Amino acid sequence: MLGIKQADAGMPDTGIYFQWGDFLIQFGNLVVIATMVVLFILALVIPFPHGKTRK
Amino acid sequence: MTADRGPVSAAEDGEARFSTWTGKTRGWALRRLPPDKLLPEGQPSYVSSWIYVFGMGAVAAFVYILGSGAVLALNGPTWFHVSGLGRFINSTHLWSVELFFMFMVIHLWGKFWMAAWRGGRALTWITGMLAFVVSIVTAFTGYLLQTNFDSQWIAFQAKDALNAVGVGAWFNVADLGQILMWHITLLPLAVAVVVALHVVLVRMHGVVPPLEAATSDAQLRSAAPIPAVDGEDMK
Amino acid sequence: MTKAPVSVSWRARNDIASRPWPGTTREYDLFKELAVGLVVVALLVLGLSAVFSSPDEPTVTLKSWALTDPADFVATATTELGGTSGTAGYGPPYNSTPDATQKLGPIDLQSLSGVRLPIDTANDFVIGPLQTLPTPPGAIDEWTKASDTQRASWTMAYGDALSKAPDNDPAKVPPGDYGPVPALAGALLAMAQQGTLDPVLSARGSFYNTDYKASILFLGDGGYFHGLADAQHLTGDQWGMMNETGNYPGQSWLWLFSALYQVEPFKSSPNADVLVVLSMVILTLLLTLVPFIPGLRSLPRRIPVHRLIWRDYYKRR
Repeated sequence: MLGIKQADAGMPDTGIYFQWGDFLIQFGNLVVIATMVVLFILALVIPFPHGKTRK
Repeated sequence: MTADRGPVSAAEDGEARFSTWTGKTRGWALRRLPPDKLLPEGQPSYVSSWIYVFGMGAVAAFVYILGSGAVLALNGPTWFHVSGLGRFINSTHLWSVELFFMFMVIHLWGKFWMAAWRGGRALTWITGMLAFVVSIVTAFTGYLLQTNFDSQWIAFQAKDALNAVGVGAWFNVADLGQILMWHITLLPLAVAVVVALHVVLVRMHGVVPPLEAATSDAQLRSAAPIPAVDGEDMK
Repeated sequence: MTKAPVSVSWRARNDIASRPWPGTTREYDLFKELAVGLVVVALLVLGLSAVFSSPDEPTVTLKSWALTDPADFVATATTELGGTSGTAGYGPPYNSTPDATQKLGPIDLQSLSGVRLPIDTANDFVIGPLQTLPTPPGAIDEWTKASDTQRASWTMAYGDALSKAPDNDPAKVPPGDYGPVPALAGALLAMAQQGTLDPVLSARGSFYNTDYKASILFLGDGGYFHGLADAQHLTGDQWGMMNETGNYPGQSWLWLFSALYQVEPFKSSPNADVLVVLSMVILTLLLTLVPFIPGLRSLPRRIPVHRLIWRDYYKRR
């Protein structure tokens, strides 16, 4: 059960938060963590250019 | 490779020709980390994955952290509130830190799955972890230096964990002067030293070979035969 | 399989992993890699900075607190006088309140430092600052001459009355035996609203000062500061340590530290902080010492992500 929480008015720009039960994560942090996982997977999957073989 | 290259040939011949402490240190350093190992022109053929670039990515991000941090340090911790340029430099400091941690963590994940501590590389792994931990402390002190609402709240909240283990009396998160000194002198120096040591260890030991590499592999057979390897492996 | 399992030991032996690589090599220019890395990271940093900038939520001051939420300010000042605030009951390193420390069984790390950053909330947060006024309120005399029991009964009665008053408004408190407390709290409110309490509390009678603990602790004892932090999802039960104001990424690398505070047994423990720190120390040590821990160090062999990393090598065996 995903609930997107827009925090109450009061201070400006209080951010977007995603909540699953006790698990609460802020939009910026979610993007950073997701980017890391995606980069990790891409690094494993994308072929590395072949350089000149020596020896 | 001519005879007039003194130090190298001396190191190859053993330490006998060095009689001074300085000379012996040079001999030791040249044996452990000869120039072609420190600055190699090639890598083993198995170094062929994008996962290998993230360590260097973290080093590159660290360069920009130090650069932007130096500009912020020259102008003081409250400059970025009142200057447009200051705000921009502060932003580059923040984003280079975010990238630094992203690259470092991906590097750590990669090295874990390679079991990169194999073959006498435990200290390389440990210094890498130490770099991660010291970087976390450094970043934390940076967050305390923002001199804005976020740093006020972090100072209020973080004191509890530090006080609970008896550290808060000496590491006072609400003392801007103390935290500033930690953040701009001691901690960056510590990160730089640990990272430098880590890189030197990587160069000394070389990149860890694949887990299932065997002497029968084509990429090993094409080289000169290595006698006695299998026999000694059994021991 | 007749082959012996692949070694994941850290030990240097006479095997392939321990000796310099004798096999084929490929051209790999480390300095060129660094140069390309510097260019790519520079573009990323400049781009992200130009597009997203960085957060800078203005500070809260005692003045902004006193002007925005005077009822909360007066109620907090009353608890500081009565010694019932969070700071007054904190224990070391601020004061020696009995049974206030967090413990790990019989081990009391919090007490080891002793009272090294002493704070007496009544004197340091209220009476002391009021004495710096050009004409200190006469109520100070009455307060200093009273006994501890008398002071406690005044502050207790006034605190109760404030909590029962409509909107907790000090002006709507019915008359009662509050002694000098309303006058002291009122004078401190006026001082804060004029902006003179901020410098007095942070400088503490000196010219230079870089230690803001008095101001931060006083702010933290009230509800206003917490309310603002709560709205920004910065409090401990909201994974606060890893969050930043707005939508900016914060210290996401603290995710596990923050996560532990959200789950039992930490969540409801009075010793949550010391338990979380200890757990993090143990987990960090485990990760640091992975090369030496059988089972843990075998994970890379059991979950063969390495087949993907070195697939070129394994293909051309």
